[in-house]
Amino acid sequence: MNDQTLFSIFFSAMVVNNFTLALVLGLCPFMGVSARVETALRMGLANICVLVLTSLSAWVLNTYILENAPYLRIISFIIVVASLVQIVEMVVKKIAPVLFRQLGIFLPLMTTNCAIFGLAIFQTNRGYDFLQGIVFAIGAGLGLTLALVLMASIRETSELSDIPAIAKGTGLTLIIAGSLSLAFMGFAGLL
Amino acid sequence: MRATTPSQDLLRGIWKENPVLIQMLGLCPALAVTNTVKNALAMSAATFFVLTCSSVLISSVKSLIPKEVRISSYILVIATFVTLADMMLQAYAPVQHKELGAFIALIVVNCMILGRQEAFSSRNTVYRSLLDAVGVGIGFTIALVMMGGFREVLGIGTFFDIPLFGPNFEPWVVMVLPAGGFLTLGFIILAMGVFEERKKARQAQAQTQGDAA
Repeated sequence: MNDQTLFSIFFSAMVVNNFTLALVLGLCPFMGVSARVETALRMGLANICVLVLTSLSAWVLNTYILENAPYLRIISFIIVVASLVQIVEMVVKKIAPVLFRQLGIFLPLMTTNCAIFGLAIFQTNRGYDFLQGIVFAIGAGLGLTLALVLMASIRETSELSDIPAIAKGTGLTLIIAGSLSLAFMGFAGLL
Repeated sequence: MRATTPSQDLLRGIWKENPVLIQMLGLCPALAVTNTVKNALAMSAATFFVLTCSSVLISSVKSLIPKEVRISSYILVIATFVTLADMMLQAYAPVQHKELGAFIALIVVNCMILGRQEAFSSRNTVYRSLLDAVGVGIGFTIALVMMGGFREVLGIGTFFDIPLFGPNFEPWVVMVLPAGGFLTLGFIILAMGVFEERKKARQAQAQTQGDAA
């Protein structure tokens, strides 16, 4: 069991140990869908949904099923994540077809998004209980959204500026991510 | 499908289609655990093992896997080998296992491995899939060790735990932190862009000279 307060779990997951900028998880969408603020925001929201659902199912699995078989964790978590992403994909396709097209390949790719799988693993390793897990997932999701939106707004602005041809694209994105990560290091030691 | 020779299968992944530096796949482990060369090597070894074993297994049973559930089947095979790798590291290299922590389990969601299964092993013979997996695995190792090298030398002043600069060296701590990972990969990619640009310029020059002659 873990006796951290809910607030410290939330704040740590969102800012101090931000999944993208401090733990370097979930980089594919971070590089891929961070070109527009609006898309980034929606991707972040989809991520929050999947993260909360994952946290819930990982807790159920850990408490009731995998108690005596911890070696099956990796396999069962990945099945859960894959099915959840499939469900979210179908729901989004049904209720928001425009968003579905905007997110494109990155929606099914959430299965191989390390942030989501990582959340299940971290939650297990740290022994969070049900409520702590949910708070952790919401914090992590908001943190991902924050990083995505920050990145997207910087990229939108930089599109209009004069950048050398070789730096356009991935190189620049990575350097911006590095600077953002530097900025987030300022939060280290807050908790 | 374009025909390739076995040596092309092997060499392609090492540089021309390097998974990390060119295709930008498997970035999370490449950035997260390359703060020292030792960690980078342990991570590459585990990934290499998982990639090679899954490629061989999947290419040998590819005709048994129904098309509709192929991705889930690949993931399951990969997850099995990752569990094996996790247990083996825990038994034989407990220190590295602790350092890498959750990132061993996260090999499951390394898009590079799944990508190779979908793009290559599911369509080619066992032998060629093995060559391809070995090539891509070596490419991944090169990229990780390169990043680990830069970051360890600048951030700690050592290479493979051997001190390089003597006592007056002030370590550039940011390089071993996550920010350093982003910056290192960013600069490597910028440098590669410069080389690519020069190569193109040289070719264009040769072209115009050829035309003039």
